[in-house]
Amino acid sequence: MFGSPLTGRRLWIAALIVPPLAFVALFVVYPILSAFAYAFFEWKGLARGEFVWFANFHKVLFQEPYATWTINAFLHNVFVFFALMVLQNGIGFVLAYCLWRELPGARFHRIAVFLPVVLSTIIVGFLFKLFLHPIFGVVNISLRAVGLGGLAMPWLGDDSTALMALIIANAWHMVGFPTLVFLAGMQRIPGEILDAVRMETQSEWVKVSKIVWPLVAPSATVVFTLLFVGAFNWFELPYVMAGLDGSPHGATDVLGLYFYRTAFGNQSGGAQDFGTGSALAVLIFLFIAVVAGFLTMYLRKREIQL
Amino acid sequence: MSASAMAYSDRSGMIGRLGRDGLIQIILIANTFIMLAPIVLMIFSAFKTNTEIFQTPFALPDFTNLSNIAKIWTETNFLRYLINSAIVTGTSLLLILTLGTMAAYAIARYQFTGSGFVLMFFIAGLTLPLKLAIIPLFVLMRDLGVLNTQAALVIIYVAMGLPTTVFIMTGFIRTLPNELEDAARMDGASEARIMWSIMLPLVRPAMVIAGIQNVVPIWNDFFFPLIFIQSDHLKTLPQGLTTFMGEYTTDWGVLFAGLTLSAAPIILIYIILSRQFINGMTAGAVK
Repeated sequence: MFGSPLTGRRLWIAALIVPPLAFVALFVVYPILSAFAYAFFEWKGLARGEFVWFANFHKVLFQEPYATWTINAFLHNVFVFFALMVLQNGIGFVLAYCLWRELPGARFHRIAVFLPVVLSTIIVGFLFKLFLHPIFGVVNISLRAVGLGGLAMPWLGDDSTALMALIIANAWHMVGFPTLVFLAGMQRIPGEILDAVRMETQSEWVKVSKIVWPLVAPSATVVFTLLFVGAFNWFELPYVMAGLDGSPHGATDVLGLYFYRTAFGNQSGGAQDFGTGSALAVLIFLFIAVVAGFLTMYLRKREIQL
Repeated sequence: MSASAMAYSDRSGMIGRLGRDGLIQIILIANTFIMLAPIVLMIFSAFKTNTEIFQTPFALPDFTNLSNIAKIWTETNFLRYLINSAIVTGTSLLLILTLGTMAAYAIARYQFTGSGFVLMFFIAGLTLPLKLAIIPLFVLMRDLGVLNTQAALVIIYVAMGLPTTVFIMTGFIRTLPNELEDAARMDGASEARIMWSIMLPLVRPAMVIAGIQNVVPIWNDFFFPLIFIQSDHLKTLPQGLTTFMGEYTTDWGVLFAGLTLSAAPIILIYIILSRQFINGMTAGAVK
């Protein structure tokens, strides 16, 4: 059936490898390369117009009102990244350390902390939106019930609290992920090392900072990098909780929403603009790739080989 | 150190440990409460009327009051969305595992020129956020004539899932011993026969891991349906959810019932298979 054995074998390998390879080439590599090309053209709806060099990039970075929108969204992403570093990865590390002791009930706590992770962001977003409703939301109802009605406020409607509310919803949703990645890292620390530490010091702090933290560096590399990529791709939660315009008054606008609005338009006026949208996508993409590359390199260096 | 001093330090060590373990338990219990309270509150509210939700949000509901759930079931396309999600997720998973195993098997079991490059090619897709290529993807899907069909979703999910799957499966298939394969080859079995009857049954555990890692993001995805699907009867569950959340804005019991019903399938499966879920979803991140 295959002819000579050599070509038969080659044919067999090709039959295995070509279909998946072609699929990835057509639907991953080609679109990503095209995104770069698209950014250099003017677009009229779905039709490609003239080659315009860097005009789209110039527009996004330097021309008003785009420039202000770009920097506003970008700074929000930066804030989201650092806030989630503390609220998601920081708390995740503490929880992992607690779970690592294997005290009674640890199994149950482990299942509970990961439960929100399997839920759709859409469900989480709507749930928190209902909870944070200014009048009927359970948060404000509870505050009023315990006499702290003065603290009750329209969490998602106020410029000063809206972004933080989204960040907390995200941390609740995803904290289980870094927790379990850190936990897996801790469980791989060899027992002999821990025994040796126990002989040297009673201090929990020394143990954590000098032994555990350096030894879970590979886990940290992964969760830090994933959080970075996730924070600068943030879209679904703000879309559900704050809407496409990043309400109120752009206080929750992030690059993901801004990119979507620019590329596909929105009801409040913007038309779809593939050229400007592509330029934004390319800039976000390059920023993520370059920073994530350096971040990974830096974090890898502090990993210790046992 | 004298015997009494030793006993003293032992005792203080024990008290210290008790205090520490107590603190850890408090942190864990508090956290579990924070994790579960919103979900419990959501489920409770699904069985309540508006008045009950606003006046006694924490009270146990009358679980026999199924009117909210009935409303979701009869007045919205919930069942349609659920079936669509199942079709899209199931088809995508089948294709991801088939294509992913094919590629991984070829890379892991055969020496051929360029195999290293092929693996790199797949792995490069791991870190690229495909969302940012949405404009070319939109144009490509239009050219292929699959806009506003579930095929567009399946294509994109397979493209998204292949890199991690090839990565996980290649790593696993490489660890399989050569002896069985060589023995079968001596007996004159064809390469296809060896793969299908001898190697694939051994690969099943890795397939479960890869499957779970893919199933959750695909089942939960909202971004790609938002771009590719317009017709209501083709919408997936997360997308459909946004539709009826928009329609029942004043009927909070129905809103909570919609959220509860949407969350129920994955919560139930997670409770049954929590260990596999945790292993699968952290598989790419835990070496």
